Amino acid sequence: MKGKVTVRLKAGVLDVEGKAIEGALAKLGFNGVGAVRVGKVFEVELAETDPAAAKAALTAMAKGLLANPVMETFEVALEPG
Amino acid sequence: MRVAVVSFPGSNCDDDCVRVVGEVLGRTAYKVWHADHDLQGPDLVILPGGFSYGDYLRCGAISAHAPIMADVADFARRGGAVLGICNGFQILTEAGLLPGALHRNAGLHFICRDVHLRVEGLATPFTAGLAGRVLKVPVAHHDGNYHADADTLARLEGDGQVVLRYCHPDGVVDAAANPNGSLGHIAGIASAAGNVVGMMPHPERCAEPLLGNTDGLAFFQAALQTLGG
Repeated sequence: MKGKVTVRLKAGVLDVEGKAIEGALAKLGFNGVGAVRVGKVFEVELAETDPAAAKAALTAMAKGLLANPVMETFEVALEPG
Repeated sequence: MRVAVVSFPGSNCDDDCVRVVGEVLGRTAYKVWHADHDLQGPDLVILPGGFSYGDYLRCGAISAHAPIMADVADFARRGGAVLGICNGFQILTEAGLLPGALHRNAGLHFICRDVHLRVEGLATPFTAGLAGRVLKVPVAHHDGNYHADADTLARLEGDGQVVLRYCHPDGVVDAAANPNGSLGHIAGIASAAGNVVGMMPHPERCAEPLLGNTDGLAFFQAALQTLGG
């Protein structure tokens, strides 16, 4: 089974990389671009076959290592197939 | 004073810290490996600067789970003096031994230059007797922008846990003296009990005359006095 953990910066946290990308997009002529925020996606292969257990494991991984609760939020999902 | 300096894969200031304590101060300093479980009875533990685990995931995130960190946490809980410098500060926040987090510098640049620091707040083992002093110490980091939520920040300020702030040479603290966008112009903080301190600047890089600046020695001398010589 394949899982996906998406980690995003919390709304109140300044995303300096997003700001730089915003500027670069404008320089490339992409008009009408508002705020850009950068996140991370972790694709995780799991031996687990039970979807509920797999989601619980992904949540534990996000809390324990993949996300920093001071600055980030996370979502877990299972990939189809 | 016995000082344990923890080496993680990618630490690069561990030898500098050992040199300051061993050669400059003439006390006992030794390195301990991150994968071991023995701090060997120190009076002080230093988590040095560097790029442990290549800064993968987040700076300090993987090192925070190293085997030795359980021993460092025990030592800190019993009141032991712990100093995290640069990457060591990042590791302490990731390990939950200090509040908040350090993220990408506001200007996006890696910054490597001297800054001035104003010492204030709690009398920690590393800042006792230094309150009010302005010290010139170099920074060298990409992720030194201190962040904490508003409640945490208010508690840090109210309880004197902000122990170092970026300032001008005359001690004035303002945005122009802040190299990385840190909230509150914070360069270093202490735990509530004061025994755990994290700082982004590198005192070990300016602790002997050969290096052209000895301001950093003040932090090590404070530790020497506080911890009984």
